[in-house]
Amino acid sequence: MTPIYEIAVGIVLVVGSIFSLIATIGLLRLKDVYMRMHAGSKAGTLGSGLMLIALAVHAGQVDVLTRALAGVVFFLLTAPVAAHLLAKAAYQAGYKPCADTHIDEMADEAS
Amino acid sequence: MSGLANFSSEFLDVCVSISLAILTVSFVLIVLRIVKGPTLPDRVVALDMLVAVGIGFIAAIGVQTDYYLYVDIAIALGLVGFLATVAFARFVLNRGLAKDPTIVDEIREVQARTAQEEGGR
Repeated sequence: MTPIYEIAVGIVLVVGSIFSLIATIGLLRLKDVYMRMHAGSKAGTLGSGLMLIALAVHAGQVDVLTRALAGVVFFLLTAPVAAHLLAKAAYQAGYKPCADTHIDEMADEAS
Repeated sequence: MSGLANFSSEFLDVCVSISLAILTVSFVLIVLRIVKGPTLPDRVVALDMLVAVGIGFIAAIGVQTDYYLYVDIAIALGLVGFLATVAFARFVLNRGLAKDPTIVDEIREVQARTAQEEGGR
């Protein structure tokens, strides 16, 4: 392990955890389910994906690298699917967006 | 050259500690949202985020201990988290369409708060 790699791994780890923290702050401060989903599913996935990539670079072995990349691709594929499914379920169940949401293109179909 | 190597390994240790600290803070804040979260979908979103932070924890601890089997655990945790979110989404949809009293009460609370905000403007 060369020193340059170790420094890069440390920086990527800290950046990934900061992304997770930003997603969490969005989860706490935003106003309704749909806005919180927007913060959590994007920044959260990016944070954990960056940290997995840091682990793969730290290992420096091909098998660990391919498994970590497969995991990152899996998270990038499933996070939008889960968020969209949950948003659609919440909307159809009747949870209304907050008053700051001005454009609601599904308003006619739902009620 | 050995000076740079010493510096880099110490730097990596400090970075792992910092990222573990940041992840702990965000873990606590997410639990706060799960406890507070006014509606069921809020709690499901927070649970999804909790899984993401757990994967981050696993990666950081894997770097700290040089134990690379943790990658498989992270992938398995991501699978379980995805399946849990999908199942919860189906649950919210089914209970909402069946007019479950708990869900209906929550929806009424949300509508009351929205109307209050619009009235206050």
